[in-house]
Amino acid sequence: MRRLLNPVALLSVLVLAVTLVAVIWPALLAPYDPFDSVGTARLEPPSWDHLFGTDALARDVFSRVVHGARLSLLAAVLATTAGAVLGALIGLVSGAAGGRVDFAVMRVVDVMLAIPGILLALIVVASLGFGAVSIAIGVGLGATGSFARVMRAQVMRVRNEEYIEAARTMGLRRPTILLRHVLPNASKPIVAMASTELALAILAVSALSFLGFGAQPPTPEWGSLVSDGRQFIATAPWLSIMPGSVILVVVLAVNGVARNLGGNR
Amino acid sequence: MSDVPVLKVTDLHVTYGSGAARHHAVRGVDLELAAGRILAVVGESGSGKSTVANAVLGLLPDGARRTEGTVEVDGIELTALRERALRRLRGDVVGFVPQDPSRSLNPVLRIGEQIAEALRRHTGASRANAASRAIEILDEVGIPDPERRARQYPHELSGGLRQRVLIGIAWACTPQIVVADEPTSALDVTVQRHVLDRMESLRAAHGTAVLLITHDLAVAADRADDIVVMQQGIIVESGPAAEVLAAPQHEYTRALVAAAPGLHSARLRPRAEVTAVTADASGTPLLSARGLVKTYPGDGGSGAVHAVTGVDLEIRRRETFSIVGESGSGKSTTARMIARIIDADSGEIRFDGEELSAMEGERLRRFRRYIQVVFQNPVGSLDPRMSVEKLVTEPLRAGGTMSRRQRAATAAELLDQVRLGPEHLERRPAQLSGGQAQRVAIARALAVRPELLVLDEPVSALDVSVQEQVLQLLVDLQAEHGLTYLFISHDLAVVRQISDSIAVMSQGAIVERGPAAQVLEAPGTAYTRELISAIPGAAVTA
Repeated sequence: MRRLLNPVALLSVLVLAVTLVAVIWPALLAPYDPFDSVGTARLEPPSWDHLFGTDALARDVFSRVVHGARLSLLAAVLATTAGAVLGALIGLVSGAAGGRVDFAVMRVVDVMLAIPGILLALIVVASLGFGAVSIAIGVGLGATGSFARVMRAQVMRVRNEEYIEAARTMGLRRPTILLRHVLPNASKPIVAMASTELALAILAVSALSFLGFGAQPPTPEWGSLVSDGRQFIATAPWLSIMPGSVILVVVLAVNGVARNLGGNR
Repeated sequence: MSDVPVLKVTDLHVTYGSGAARHHAVRGVDLELAAGRILAVVGESGSGKSTVANAVLGLLPDGARRTEGTVEVDGIELTALRERALRRLRGDVVGFVPQDPSRSLNPVLRIGEQIAEALRRHTGASRANAASRAIEILDEVGIPDPERRARQYPHELSGGLRQRVLIGIAWACTPQIVVADEPTSALDVTVQRHVLDRMESLRAAHGTAVLLITHDLAVAADRADDIVVMQQGIIVESGPAAEVLAAPQHEYTRALVAAAPGLHSARLRPRAEVTAVTADASGTPLLSARGLVKTYPGDGGSGAVHAVTGVDLEIRRRETFSIVGESGSGKSTTARMIARIIDADSGEIRFDGEELSAMEGERLRRFRRYIQVVFQNPVGSLDPRMSVEKLVTEPLRAGGTMSRRQRAATAAELLDQVRLGPEHLERRPAQLSGGQAQRVAIARALAVRPELLVLDEPVSALDVSVQEQVLQLLVDLQAEHGLTYLFISHDLAVVRQISDSIAVMSQGAIVERGPAAQVLEAPGTAYTRELISAIPGAAVTA
């Protein structure tokens, strides 16, 4: 019960709830069409009519941020899921096999960990082409290494538990033991870790689309919205600051929830 | 003088947690302990006995609160003291011997330094004085070659020696009271006896009052002047040790006395309502092992560990064959080789005429149903994420799938065999008590109708009264299903209750074997005699 009363967690959950609405049904929150100009008012500062102001084409920035949530967040979720699943699989095989297989797999993982995640993502995007999906794959691959390490450590811990030994003496087959006993008992930390990784993935996805590897204009996307405002940073700073703040708040909210998930298990 | 208590606990109440999760662990405990006396607080896990010990030390764990009552040590009311004064009191006036010697010493400090630290903090002794006094203390607690030991690290000492070091630290500043919380539960029986002897002689030499917390009524019987029996946070009986044991007033105490394995000696018989399968008279042994050897390669310079050095044994059908020995004797390794959990380096195991030791792969997997294992730690051997229903029927999956209804019916039937009701089917291991969990583990082992059950210390993690029930269950099931048991235990008192044949192991080899009565009544080796005489409770049976 105490977890619900924690103000940080409560606020985080609230932010994420609003974000979720933006992802599922953006028209509910956005007052204007994200693609059409709302009149002749170009580069207007924030007001009650236009919460985040308007951009160079007189489009409502708030509406564009709301509509951008879907692409940005789906890419981040896809990245985290892909990284967690792939990493867990690698960790499971490596930890269960042991010996030479483990050694070889872990050296590959070491190499993956040695390359900065964002660089790895850049390589992937460069070879797969621009777009949200390739960004997601790139960012996911960047996170795979740490997931694999955590999973392997868990598998090695669980493998030595007495109930695994008991399962062997029952005459169960090895794959059965791995899937029914080792995997479920080893994956708890992966779930906790995935929630923290999600926050990092949102940042990484935004960074890559800021650099121009993501969705192409006029599709709204958080990183590219920040990037769009760059040329007007001296005259209309809200164009970058507002979407940037949204990224910050959402990342913090995801983190806030993740921390509470981790702390309570 | 001895009439003035050095420790006086009055109407002590302690609760854990708050709100709905609040648990009233100690409810109105009164204790008095005079100088030079030993007071044993006896109870099962959850009885609140350790919480009482913590309260006396002023060291209640997080989340625990003393809601009522007073603790007076040497006339000083503890609850009025601040943390600083409490810290001085601990060590100076109240010494403490913890339960687990392997975790209670700092692994990166030498033994001598750890004792010296306590001395310098409390007596203000100089570095040199403290160091030489530390060596004297090691000598006093009976550690051979104290100068050398003082320079060693905790991992270089055995559990028994470490516990003596901790006793030395507790007595270092000649406190008036020593609180010993299960000081020997983690030790082998023979070591247990030496450690307790040492405590008693220190008590005599310094006139210390000792508060001994133990689950083992037999230990209390041997060592204590007075006994207090706790159940669910309440003292149900107290008095001089001899009186409490000879004529227990409360029914709980009577049950404890009846259950304590050290206090009586008969082998358990199946209960009358159990219909025994008639024994078949075939003379061939069910299992035989020849020349089993297992060596673990040493890590680095420590050299290889010869865990088992050539064991032969024969287990006849429908008997209970027990292997007894202290930790490190190789008894568990032997059992694990027979259950094919680990592979023997050499030797042959034959089960019902077939060569079990040569089986591999699919053939071995299919053969496993004839030999099932029950492990020491009942909760640890059950997958924490599965329901009891899934747990007990899991071995049957190896044979093929079954429908949901079929599975539920089978599970209920299996639970019924181990005297558990169907209401347990949906529970998870964490929701079961130790005894219930072990029954579930036994039910699971029975699911595939094995012929041999390997029982590796199946009751040593359980409370005595539960121990007795599980042993009785095992005896009943053996008669009902015509099972053969290989029973591994360090506890001769338990072995006495269940065995037909006994093998005594020491340092990887069987040193004595024979029918249970013969080994126990007329032991042929000095080692077995020492094991038997170390069983606590002699004070009562004599």
